[in-house]
Amino acid sequence: MSAPTLSPHKAAPPPGRGAGSRPNASREAFVRDLRRNLSAHGFLIGAVLCFSFFSWYPMVREFILAFQKTEGGETTWAGWSNLTTVLNDPAFWQAWRNTLLFTGLALVLGFAVPFVVALVLNEFRHAQGYLRLLVYLPVMLPPVASVLLFKYLYDPGYGLFNRVLELLHLPQQQWLQDPDTSMLSVVIAATWMNMGGATLIYLAALQGIPGELYEAAELDGAGVLRKIWYVTIPQTRLILSLMLLMQIIATMQVFTEPFLLTNGAGPEGSTTTVVYLIYQYAFNFNNYGSAAALGLILLVLLAGFSAAYVRLSRGGEDE
Amino acid sequence: MRSAWFRRTRRTTATALVSVLALTALAACGTSSSGNNDEGSGGGSSDPSAPLDPKTKLTLTIDCMPPAAKQPELKEWNEDVKAFNTIYPNIKIEGRSTPGQCLEPPRFTAMLKAKSQPDVFYTYFTDLQQVLDNAGAENISAYVTAKTVPALADIQPDVMNSLKHEGKLYGLPTSNYTMGLLINRKLFQQAGLDPDNPPTTWEGVRSAAKAIAGLGNGIAGYGEYSAGNTGGWHYTATMYGLGGDIVDASGKKSVFNNDLGKQVVSNLHAMRWDDESMGKTQLLKWGDLQKQTASDKLGMFLAAPDDIAYMVQQLGATFENFGMGPIPGGKATLFGGNNYMIKKGMSSDKIKAAVAWLTYKNLTVGKGQFDWARTKADGLPVGVPQPNFWLNTSKTQDDAARAASATMPVENFKAFMDNPVKGKAEPPKAQEIYKVLDNVMSGVLTNKNADVNKLLSTAESQVNQILANQ
Repeated sequence: MSAPTLSPHKAAPPPGRGAGSRPNASREAFVRDLRRNLSAHGFLIGAVLCFSFFSWYPMVREFILAFQKTEGGETTWAGWSNLTTVLNDPAFWQAWRNTLLFTGLALVLGFAVPFVVALVLNEFRHAQGYLRLLVYLPVMLPPVASVLLFKYLYDPGYGLFNRVLELLHLPQQQWLQDPDTSMLSVVIAATWMNMGGATLIYLAALQGIPGELYEAAELDGAGVLRKIWYVTIPQTRLILSLMLLMQIIATMQVFTEPFLLTNGAGPEGSTTTVVYLIYQYAFNFNNYGSAAALGLILLVLLAGFSAAYVRLSRGGEDE
Repeated sequence: MRSAWFRRTRRTTATALVSVLALTALAACGTSSSGNNDEGSGGGSSDPSAPLDPKTKLTLTIDCMPPAAKQPELKEWNEDVKAFNTIYPNIKIEGRSTPGQCLEPPRFTAMLKAKSQPDVFYTYFTDLQQVLDNAGAENISAYVTAKTVPALADIQPDVMNSLKHEGKLYGLPTSNYTMGLLINRKLFQQAGLDPDNPPTTWEGVRSAAKAIAGLGNGIAGYGEYSAGNTGGWHYTATMYGLGGDIVDASGKKSVFNNDLGKQVVSNLHAMRWDDESMGKTQLLKWGDLQKQTASDKLGMFLAAPDDIAYMVQQLGATFENFGMGPIPGGKATLFGGNNYMIKKGMSSDKIKAAVAWLTYKNLTVGKGQFDWARTKADGLPVGVPQPNFWLNTSKTQDDAARAASATMPVENFKAFMDNPVKGKAEPPKAQEIYKVLDNVMSGVLTNKNADVNKLLSTAESQVNQILANQ
């Protein structure tokens, strides 16, 4: 094994690794370096092994599985047939429509609400730590507990939400039970469950904005909305963009909330998401090939989306 | 000096720790192959139909040993192992226990794929195709004879047929069920209905449900599933009851989008929205209706008799409060059950030992699971109508023993027992079809303006697509 050659344009060669040194000397240096950092390399190997076996190998395996079929205990190559099966499944397009609806609604609610809450929290001068804790508390609840709580709140017969509507003499809703409102109800619950983390991130970003900018804006006669539009949003643009990307990637993979709140499919299949469909293929129908094929479609789409986003954001920076 | 030694030791320890972690990770990734090495000894007969030689020595791993939390069941298991060992002293029974439900489909599927199931593993009647697809079970036809399973001729043929594929036998049954109408007797009485005569038609169910819902306090008359594939399962059972079917005889075409199918859905829609006798909460799946019934909030639902044991043992209800009638319509009823299969690749002696154990534990009147006097003494329920797969002399003997030790009023199930309905197996690709039919059920139960024709025709095209992809 030889030491890596370093380009003189990028970095100066370290002592003993220069272009003029003998190959033996560079090998010795490498071995010495290895010995010196033995425990670091040991830890690195452990981490690499763990990632290899528990993260990368399953990804490669999924890719292979998407083109295989298991029958009679024998695995055979299935070509594109798993993909064809998935694309011909009537549930496929419904699941995508539902997932995109969830993503859209989650962006409107789940993206805006934590930002607004962070803006409000940022205005408080006192008890901010206490308020931060209050906002973050729901995140600490196990998702199943939160979902059970919402299931109870949404219950059309006994739920608190309908009781409140009743007291206000407003028409009661079916919430999760109606195909027209089921996805929105899931998004509301998901937003409540997850907003704590996002709010704290936004709050940290807001607190990093220099106060002078606001003072200057005030001197120019800017009101609250103008300050937000011309100071806050441009100053937090980077974190907002990052959170937007993360949110899209996370929401496209939504599973827990619809699975627990509406038992997976929801009324007339209105909350069946792509990941739930993958779960169905794999664990209800024992069709790992189709599950992997659908997983692959999702992966390619998300990867494509991420790449496009990175390209766009780079373009924005260059301008 | 000390610090150099300390540094060296620390480095060595860290490296060792990392190596151990890496090795653990590697070990965790490896798949274990279950006890195939112990192929036993004993020189039994090479004839598969000959009973097991009592001198045979081997170890047998067996699924579903009751967990420690189920003390009486575990005690009975240990007693049965002991009694079995008096006949076959050299067979070591090694039980594998699961804390919750014995067969969880995702875990079972993974086990099957990894070939890590025990030598004798537990399955549902509907699992046969999946097991065969994964080359998971032995063909035991030659090993199961009147000599090895003395009561073989008295087991209902439809139960045995559910374990056969292309004429070959792949398992032995432990229990069976057929679906009927489960009722809450207390609510029936309160609503002025006769709990000894549950309704046998859907008109009867509808009017009884209306009367029970009239009690108020959030009580529903009739309950139905519509999620987790259980809605489709019940739609199928209801269709069977009315003489309909889901898939035609060729198994290639759906046959539920017709007048009968519409009748099932329209009746539910009317009960849910016109009569308001089905409660407001829908999208229920297995377990939800049992909770409502056990807490006296629900009057009726379609169920198998083992739901009663579940409600009493797990939900704290009392046997006296429940009764059963035949499935409304009574033309046919969905049937299913549980059994054990023997892992593919076992030696002849192991298969014989497995058959001998299963015969002792599950297929002998008066012994094992049919030792009703012991079941009663251990405080477990006796008198639930099923398992009930016996015919002829075995049935007479078992019914008598069961009645003599009954710990619950068996007359509450008289309507169900006296009116047996012919059992009918689940359709091919059952779970995938049930998923589609969940949409039909959730459609009518959650949407007042549901278009019944559209729901059924959409489901029809989806099911046809599933059947075409077989």
